[in-house]
Amino acid sequence: MNLALDLRHDGPPLDFRAELPAGRISALLGPSGSGKTSILRAIAGLLKLDAADIRLGERIWDDAGRHVPTRDRSIGLVPQHYGLFPHLNVLRNVETALLHLPPDERRERAGESIRQAHVGGLESRRPHELSGGQRQRVALARAIARRPAVLLLDEPFSAVDRSTRKRLYVELRRLHEQLQNTIVLVTHDLDEAAQLASHLYLVRHGRLLQSGPTPEVLTRPCCEQSARLLDIPNIFSGQLEGRSEDHWLMRWGPHLLRVTGLREGQTPGPLRWAVLPSNVLLARPDKPWSSQLENPVPARVCEVIELGGEAVVHVEPEGLPGALLQLRLPTRAVRRYEVEPGHAIIICLRSADIVPLQDDRSANT
Amino acid sequence: MDWTAIALSAKLALVTLVILIPLAILLGRWLAVTRVSAKPWIEGLLALPLVLPPTVVGYYMLLAMGNQTALGRLLESLIGHTLAFSFGGLVAASVVVNIPFAVQPVQRAFEAIDPEIREAAQCCGLTFRQAMQRIELPLAWPGILSACVLTFAHTLGEFGVVLMVGGNIPGETQTVAISIYDRSQAFDHASAGAMAALLLLVSLVTIAISYGLVERLMRCRRAS
Repeated sequence: MNLALDLRHDGPPLDFRAELPAGRISALLGPSGSGKTSILRAIAGLLKLDAADIRLGERIWDDAGRHVPTRDRSIGLVPQHYGLFPHLNVLRNVETALLHLPPDERRERAGESIRQAHVGGLESRRPHELSGGQRQRVALARAIARRPAVLLLDEPFSAVDRSTRKRLYVELRRLHEQLQNTIVLVTHDLDEAAQLASHLYLVRHGRLLQSGPTPEVLTRPCCEQSARLLDIPNIFSGQLEGRSEDHWLMRWGPHLLRVTGLREGQTPGPLRWAVLPSNVLLARPDKPWSSQLENPVPARVCEVIELGGEAVVHVEPEGLPGALLQLRLPTRAVRRYEVEPGHAIIICLRSADIVPLQDDRSANT
Repeated sequence: MDWTAIALSAKLALVTLVILIPLAILLGRWLAVTRVSAKPWIEGLLALPLVLPPTVVGYYMLLAMGNQTALGRLLESLIGHTLAFSFGGLVAASVVVNIPFAVQPVQRAFEAIDPEIREAAQCCGLTFRQAMQRIELPLAWPGILSACVLTFAHTLGEFGVVLMVGGNIPGETQTVAISIYDRSQAFDHASAGAMAALLLLVSLVTIAISYGLVERLMRCRRAS
């Protein structure tokens, strides 16, 4: 059952419409204060909005005349700081979510959830006796105990260290494989969303900027705000000059680039565009003008920063003073092809990798 | 030692507790979570007995209980006599002057509960009553206990309002604080001194218990 949302509110501002697919992990990604937690709280019924239409399949949780209380919604919530009951041990924390069951069944189900969340053996401990990762798992055990149709996770990994976080990602994916329920994950961490979610929803100022399957959203931002949210540094302005059979030609300084993927009805004129650093290719110096090269652009290397096995390289395209383009290369390629500050190189921008950006005001999928 | 006055004070303190604490729990919890714009005014109104001279509170209480007001006439028609200068009047006065001592610690205790915990209780399917019983009251109990000891101790020591509303009728409205005043006026220093020492001891113990509970509450919050 898909989760259909139509949320509108004045303070905090919210104007969000989306349909989250059933049985998948959907991530609401946006900066702090973008309204993603408000969306999660509205789904849970914890935030009353000026206008809300929330439906899980045929079930209506909110509409013009109805507001189903939180306790009657089939949801499980893991809040940012876990919201564990500090005076109860782990077992009783989980059992509290199962008060509708007879005591024997309650204990059995709580035990099952505790095992699924990998916190077996900690039943008698209180929250303050647990590590951050253990608290997160207990909160997860409590959230899944009621077998909710929708599991809501509000930045659940923000309070744990990096190594614990990586482990918890794996456990969450494993748990999702078992339960196959709909998960809504709120995060401002792009890597986290990319690793966990099958669908991404980019949120800014309470509005949905873009949504879709994660690989598509990550590589094809629809507008400049989306591109910035996706941490894509290479955003430039060009001038669309004309169209041939299957592509457009775009003037970028002295360079003429082939561009595809423009929307129907596109007219010549100014165009904002982006390219992912990982999609900027370095032409081999021994074959600089190979016939296979597409959109070659001569450039001068400005900066090379090595980060582990990868190097972040900033180059200035010829004839475009001040325009810095970032590319990411394996360190061994940097060494082999002598990519050093001051050196001249040739980069290639494949037409399929040049992403035309819509005007921010008109972008809303 | 005026055991009659001591017993009357203890009875007054217990009756005040029984009436005031449930009210304080409801009011304190509501004030802890409400976002009504009039909240500062409501809190200010409830805190007035802390700053007003007891004679002012006593004067208005007497006025309210007298047969010149609709409330006074209603009460008189219900119980057959005016509340002023009776144990019932003493209880009413005691409840009013103790409101800040009861409500404020309870309100602080409920405010100290992380809203995430309250919301987690709702997401666990708990009704309001279940959430209060299983989550909020057990977390707020140091504040409630603190309210109890403060109210009890303050009632034992209350003088001005009690004197204005109840007068000084032995066995009926003469509390231990009034009895101390009475005895010292009559130069019975031995009796006045013994009762004063008893009040001092009770007050010290209750305040220490109250502070201890607040510290425990803070420790629990930090640990969680």
